[in-house]
Amino acid sequence: MYLSMSDRTGGQKDSQAEMPAAAATAFRLSPVIIWLGIVSMMTDISSESVAAILPLYVTGFLGLSTIAFGIIDGINQGASAIVRIAAGWVSDRTGQPKRVAVAGYGLSMVARVGFLFAGGFWAIAGIVTGDRIGKGIRTAPRDAMISEAAQPEHLARSFGVHRMLDSIGAATGPLLAFLVLVMIPNGFSTVFIVSLAFSVIGVAVLVLIVPGRRRGTVNPDAAARRPRFRWSQLRWATVKEQGLSRLLLTAGLLGLLTIGDGFIYLILHDRGSFAVQWFPLLYVGTNVVFLLFAIPIGKLADRWGRIPVFLAGHLALLACYVLAAMPFGGLGATLGCLLLLGIFYAATDGVLAAIVSRLTRAEHLATALGTAQTVVALSRMAAATGFGVLWFMLGPVTAMVCVAGLLAAALIVGAALLGGARRWTAAP
Amino acid sequence: MLPESNPVSLPTALATELPDSGMRRRWLILLAIVVLVAAGSAVYAVSAFQSARSSQEADSPVDTVAADALPAAPFVMFRNTAPGQGFGQAATVLLADPTGQRALSGHACDRVYAVVNRVSCLRTKNEIPINFEATVYNASLDTDESWALGGIPSRTRISADGSLLASTVFVSGHSYATAGFSTETIIRGRDGTDHGNLEEFALISGGGRIKATDRNIWGVTFVPGQPDAFYATASSQGNIWLVRGSLKDRTLTVTASGIECPSISPDGTRIAYKKSVTGTLAGHRNIAVLNIASGTETVLTEQRDIDDQLEWLDASTVVYGVPRDESGQDSDIWSLAIDPAAQPSLFIEHAWSPAVVRQ
Repeated sequence: MYLSMSDRTGGQKDSQAEMPAAAATAFRLSPVIIWLGIVSMMTDISSESVAAILPLYVTGFLGLSTIAFGIIDGINQGASAIVRIAAGWVSDRTGQPKRVAVAGYGLSMVARVGFLFAGGFWAIAGIVTGDRIGKGIRTAPRDAMISEAAQPEHLARSFGVHRMLDSIGAATGPLLAFLVLVMIPNGFSTVFIVSLAFSVIGVAVLVLIVPGRRRGTVNPDAAARRPRFRWSQLRWATVKEQGLSRLLLTAGLLGLLTIGDGFIYLILHDRGSFAVQWFPLLYVGTNVVFLLFAIPIGKLADRWGRIPVFLAGHLALLACYVLAAMPFGGLGATLGCLLLLGIFYAATDGVLAAIVSRLTRAEHLATALGTAQTVVALSRMAAATGFGVLWFMLGPVTAMVCVAGLLAAALIVGAALLGGARRWTAAP
Repeated sequence: MLPESNPVSLPTALATELPDSGMRRRWLILLAIVVLVAAGSAVYAVSAFQSARSSQEADSPVDTVAADALPAAPFVMFRNTAPGQGFGQAATVLLADPTGQRALSGHACDRVYAVVNRVSCLRTKNEIPINFEATVYNASLDTDESWALGGIPSRTRISADGSLLASTVFVSGHSYATAGFSTETIIRGRDGTDHGNLEEFALISGGGRIKATDRNIWGVTFVPGQPDAFYATASSQGNIWLVRGSLKDRTLTVTASGIECPSISPDGTRIAYKKSVTGTLAGHRNIAVLNIASGTETVLTEQRDIDDQLEWLDASTVVYGVPRDESGQDSDIWSLAIDPAAQPSLFIEHAWSPAVVRQ
């Protein structure tokens, strides 16, 4: 059942004609996805709690060398983005996504241990690099495992479940860290210990409970998948890969116009829409919206088609740009943007992984997922840099209006590019 | 912590695929790990909480008294870093007796500066979320005004006549996904004039404008007797410059290279600053003094890495904070004559962020 659906990704009507039972397949969530979600939740509590206080810690230790640290961290992010492709490739090559994921989660865990002993510029820079590289390594194999464990007709919903659990961690982490510092002034080492504890639990769940692919009987057809794909007609495969390159092109194009939450909140703040001290909570709020909408939007994507939902998610981003550029600010605009950004992430993050999964042959799955993440991460980094320049040259509002216009145009181009792909990938 | 960690009541939907005995063993190992790390971190947190509590309540190793006003005689204001009661508070000692009894202001500050009747205090507030605040106190140590800061306190200065206040903070990405730190330096007038972020001033070098967007400005020092003029550090593309600023023209003009955190002498003839050995933003910082008229630079003997904005004790001596130990919590203020043969000497123990008020 899994196999036939995943292999013959015909259009919605076709698949219904071929397999009338398909559309009616009841949603049954694989425990693997829940456990991977819990692993991510633990790891996100761990990483976001440290991230929330890291600037304070780093400036306390490094003083004004912090500026140089920021530059290194920017390079790290680029490196972390590129590592994703390599990790995906290794995962596909060895057929052991779990082992690669364990390496990634494990590296971040070891970095947490490092925080307990770190002092000095290069030690801290090295530890943060290790953490970011670990994040780069784990993402693609983990998404490949989710994709394999999910029912193909409920792929986006399954990713939604994972992203919801992940976002719970991302929203909890900073609050936990703030709470520790409220209780214990200068309690950085306590934050690091608590962070390490969550990280250890995450790795333990992954190692002990999540089955590796070879052993996995969640998807009994997994082993049969490979020969079957090799079996499939060459023309079929080429068409599918073409779909993938169009998708990557679209994702990259849209990514180049995704300037990041920071700038949107900065514009709202410039207008006096909220007091500067609420900045960190806006990110928590965005994650809360993300976690609330991850599953419903995933369901919607499985029903209406993932590509339309992916594109519509960018409409939410566009609406957010317009709202931020409007002459009226205030709390309403801030909350509106927060809501739209959360919806944007819910409609694009897991949904993109679901689309990539459907456009890729199983033996390239993790590589393709890693490539998509790299494209998105690098294009968004470029967007942030470029928008910084635009902001400086044109002023915030004009720059925002420009990017909104370009995003509208890119959405039309993306819809045209993916219009063809949709025929092969529309969700059943 | 995990509801699923009880192997007996494990819902069948969550069961994975190993034979029962193997899976059961794994559940037990997981349960053991969860209990172990939860207990371990809880014990650590409780003991950290208790030691923080007892350290806050401990007697201070220095002689202190509560103050209700700034001293009438010349004084030094600084951040008291002596552990125990009064840790982190802005405090004063008399300039005539810097090792004598210190008067605690009752106000906690990460960075502090003072002139004769005005105190600038930048602080971190451990709340949810953590936030940052600048407060101005008057000569009676009461709040004149207060505003939210956009980042982590780094530097603050007040012009000698009290009319202008500068603050530098670190602004960072607020989530895991965003990298980078930048400085935000703001000058405010006592009359409420907001001169804005110095990043928006035109940065001029050799007659042309530098348009790079990665600029950082920090460490303002106001030129005595010239209400419009100040010096600061500007950095872009790995360069470090000394810039001379004009509030009226909203310009920053590059006047020298490799000069960081300038501090102008009371007579306005010299600038003491941090000099990076490597010439880059990372690396060891020495103390150096520039003679503005002749352009000659003198590097002083201090061997330790310096990360404080220097302050002039008198026309020929600078004072600055140096960490006391590895904890990052305690520090001492040292003094050093600007003669290249002079050796640093301890000025005020358990102190940081000095401001010398001579009049």
